[in-house]
Amino acid sequence: MISRRRLLSLACASVLLAACGSNTGRGGNGQALKQWYHAYGEPGVRQAVERYAKAYTKTQVSVQWNPGDYDSKLATSLLSDGGPDVFESTPQISSVRAGQLVPLDDVFGDARSDFSDSILATHTVDGKIYGVPQAVDMQMLFYRKSFFSQAGVQPPSTVDELIDVSRRLTAGSVKGLFAGNDGGGGVLGGPALWSTGLDYVRDHQVGFDDPLAATAIGKLRELYTSGSLLLGAVKDWAEPDAFTQGLVAMQWTGLWAVPAVAKALGDDFGVLPFPSLGAGGSASVPVGAFGAMVNAKSKRIDEAKDFVRWLWIEKTDYQEDFNLGYGFHIPPRKSISERASKLTSGAAADAVKFVRDNAKASNPPDWTSVMRTAFNDAVSRVVRDGAPADAELRAAADVARDELKRLYG
Amino acid sequence: MRHGRAFWLFVGPFAAGLLVFVYVPIGWSLVLSFFDARNTVTPTEFVGLRNYVDMLTDGPFLSSLGTFSVFAAFVVPLTFVLALALALLVNQISFMQAFFRSVFFLPTACSYVVASLVWKLSIFNGLRSGLANTVLGWFGADPVAWTVSTSPPWYWLVLVTLRLWLQLGFYMILFIAGLQRIPVVLYEAAALDGARSWQAFRFVTLPQLRTTSVAVLLLLLIGAYQAFDEFYNVLGTDRGYPPFARPPLIYLYYTALGSGGQDFGHGSAGAVILTLLIVGVTLLQGRAVRR
Repeated sequence: MISRRRLLSLACASVLLAACGSNTGRGGNGQALKQWYHAYGEPGVRQAVERYAKAYTKTQVSVQWNPGDYDSKLATSLLSDGGPDVFESTPQISSVRAGQLVPLDDVFGDARSDFSDSILATHTVDGKIYGVPQAVDMQMLFYRKSFFSQAGVQPPSTVDELIDVSRRLTAGSVKGLFAGNDGGGGVLGGPALWSTGLDYVRDHQVGFDDPLAATAIGKLRELYTSGSLLLGAVKDWAEPDAFTQGLVAMQWTGLWAVPAVAKALGDDFGVLPFPSLGAGGSASVPVGAFGAMVNAKSKRIDEAKDFVRWLWIEKTDYQEDFNLGYGFHIPPRKSISERASKLTSGAAADAVKFVRDNAKASNPPDWTSVMRTAFNDAVSRVVRDGAPADAELRAAADVARDELKRLYG
Repeated sequence: MRHGRAFWLFVGPFAAGLLVFVYVPIGWSLVLSFFDARNTVTPTEFVGLRNYVDMLTDGPFLSSLGTFSVFAAFVVPLTFVLALALALLVNQISFMQAFFRSVFFLPTACSYVVASLVWKLSIFNGLRSGLANTVLGWFGADPVAWTVSTSPPWYWLVLVTLRLWLQLGFYMILFIAGLQRIPVVLYEAAALDGARSWQAFRFVTLPQLRTTSVAVLLLLLIGAYQAFDEFYNVLGTDRGYPPFARPPLIYLYYTALGSGGQDFGHGSAGAVILTLLIVGVTLLQGRAVRR
């Protein structure tokens, strides 16, 4: 039986092979290793990763670029025999438990200590590392310096100050803050927990089963009802358009937006972590890294691991090029990020400092989609509908506890 | 009965496609619904009816059925009445009838995804410059965050107008076809008996449209159950889907196929429950309308 996807991939493969044309004289058994990427928005990334793959001499590697819903496509392909040999993703405990991923501890060698612990932790499940971090991404709060000085306000250092500042910066057609078209519930749920010292999951236990969680999420409700949030923007929080067009004085978005913001606003902007709520809490930035992984169903696991080692451990110049040549990411290896000149000044330098001091895993491997849905639903109901925060979060904590029990017993 | 080669030549490819891409997956989904099938489609752990019990006691799934009911309660009667009204109007005019028929039918040809994006990004965006907010601005009203606000739930206005725009024309055509099959003699006889236009409509048109009406109602209801595209594209974000206005198919999609989800056991059980519901409601409705 031949499925449509297989037919399509065969067709694509034959086109690729045809495009390759003449014999490149490389070894291997004639078939290329399949490597998948999601579609990076920055121009040049695709050509770069194709160039890296081409430079690998041990075996042929064909790069597949996947626009659209990459996560779902990847998850589906990992169920079949037609999936990629090497791909980029963040490990989920469900995939590890289903035996879909190959542990890569032996790929790191001496370089292991060069990767930051907080990043490696996001790729570690049950004590084994399943991904070699490629590029670190993080989210933070961008603010417009000139708007702040006009209104005579200081950058906020607590959650209450953030709400107050957002209110005071709202005037006419300018709103105080844009944190997503859902009113902030989606992106600020985690930072709100961290602002009180809580977390999603901690040592295999629910990390937010605490009355403080209700206080933290209640602050997001306060922000939502303050009338100072921009809602229903054309581009969502991941794009800096609302901020660069002057529709808001502050926007929650990511490191990747720094080049676009700097181009539009020059140095009329600064960046901040999400502030702390007070005693016991801390400022935070959500951090995550796509890593290179190997499909356990691959028939060429060893070759795939060799390729991953070559590309993401040995070729440090490629890692620098990949992280800083096109978009804007932090190289996960300390030796590279420390000497990168683009990261030594301005907002980028601040971001590097936040990652060092305030990093929290945006999507830890054992924060499963069941828990995430329960938590996000609870936050959304509190923030948008004004539902009682303590009851909603307790219900979400119950769901998370059942799920953790299923995972860890 | 023996079939010749020509029969299989014409029917074969279609039947094979139907078998491979429709019946086998449906059957397999039924199998999966009895297994713990996380991140696998060849599960080994048989769990009996546990997935069904889980889904039937699962708050979000039950509330998604509630969401569907709200949506259907808006969209089924509205489409029915408006499509019938449009059909009567278009059927009566003698001037440029083909033109109006085509104009009202045209939106049917538009993709749900494209229409959703137009509704979300240009007509009903939350900025002052959005079309709906510009109109509100003429009357001095503040801009409304149409797809964000839950009190009042303006997103229903967005979703219902979108679907009305997309499907009215199609059901109008069905009604026009039904209207044109009504023998003119019936109206002549009614006129001779002194029936006014309302009476002619009530006692001739409506009863004669019974079969068309039953078909339209069925299609509308099934269409409402299948709601996915416009909900996913108007309300879904990269952070997932909000807990309100989440129709069953969206919830099942996130359960079975969402990133990090891949829980085919519960997803399949939900799909089977939904199928049984649609079949049950359809049978009941057919019986109630036909009598």
